[in-house]
Amino acid sequence: MPPDSPPAAVPAPDLPTSIPPGLTALFVAFAKMSLAGFGGVLVFARRGIVDRHCWMTADQFNETYALCHFLPGPNIVNLSVVFGARFRGIPGAVAAFAGLLGPPVVIVTVLAALYAHFGEIDALRRILAGVSCAAVGLLISAVFRMMMPLIRRRDLVGLVLLAAVFSAIGLLRLPLQAVLLVAIPLSIGITFAMRRRAAA
Amino acid sequence: MNPDSNPIWTLAWTFGLMSLFAVGGANAAIPEMHRIAVDVQHWMTDKQFADVFAISQLSPGPNVLIVTLIGYRVAGVAGALVATLAMCVPTVVLAYYVSRFLGQTSHSRWPAIIQTALVPLSLGLMGASALILALTSDRTWTAGLVTAFAAVLAFATRVNPLWLLLAGGCLGFAGVI
Repeated sequence: MPPDSPPAAVPAPDLPTSIPPGLTALFVAFAKMSLAGFGGVLVFARRGIVDRHCWMTADQFNETYALCHFLPGPNIVNLSVVFGARFRGIPGAVAAFAGLLGPPVVIVTVLAALYAHFGEIDALRRILAGVSCAAVGLLISAVFRMMMPLIRRRDLVGLVLLAAVFSAIGLLRLPLQAVLLVAIPLSIGITFAMRRRAAA
Repeated sequence: MNPDSNPIWTLAWTFGLMSLFAVGGANAAIPEMHRIAVDVQHWMTDKQFADVFAISQLSPGPNVLIVTLIGYRVAGVAGALVATLAMCVPTVVLAYYVSRFLGQTSHSRWPAIIQTALVPLSLGLMGASALILALTSDRTWTAGLVTAFAAVLAFATRVNPLWLLLAGGCLGFAGVI
């Protein structure tokens, strides 16, 4: 190899420079993110993976998260598995998954046992009623925040689909599977047709 | 509910199937959880469902842990574990294979189209979650006001959500709600 062209020595600018994490590091990192994550783990996952450990660039993280967001199920749990598998294969996926879910599941199970024993105490019932009122408010604000891009784009089709799903599930109380088996193909078909028309 | 059926098995297939339809994450599946846990299986009352949601929001970790609480209510520690794994494992296996497949053919435009198509659906589901939880939680006018106030504060400011939850808990303890 000629000395003036050392391709391996210069890291590509969009690749993180840190060495890939081991299984224990994956478990510990995801456990920490999870235990820090009150009301959502995403912010802490980004901070841990991109800023602190430099295991991914911000773009790589966004791409991975986008993939996990379009798949069904808990997004951040999907992310832990895709992330762990990318570095250490299936053992890595299991380590990240166990780190993300293991410690909080223990905490929540203890809380569930306490609730089963003390749930009828009047003061606790009042406190939980207050917390759930506030938590519903947080959920409403999250929905409106995520709706803003649709409203700004005047995405009428998207807003109609949103309203239709909202009515079918929230007002008519139809089963989730039945609604989505109609709504998903319909929405994908409309999106595909509109892209084709926009491109033509 | 059929008394012969094992509740663990019911938890496993209920949440295993639900996970594959939870477009937009665990919060989007709350109406379906409520429908099954309260209306179909009678695992808990409306009020207990609201309590379980409150506990899951107060705990650290992903939102999906609400199914751990429902599982515990149905069948103790075993129920908690089975419900959690059932809600996570099917989609995680799917995510693993899809990410490997997309890693090989990275120039497909289908992921972007599917993602765009799913956004309004998952928002509709989350809106329905908010409505159903508001109907179970906000039994009084003051409770509705607390919810509205929390929604506006969380929307307009960057206040840490945990403070709003604690404030709600204090108001509840004081007997305002």
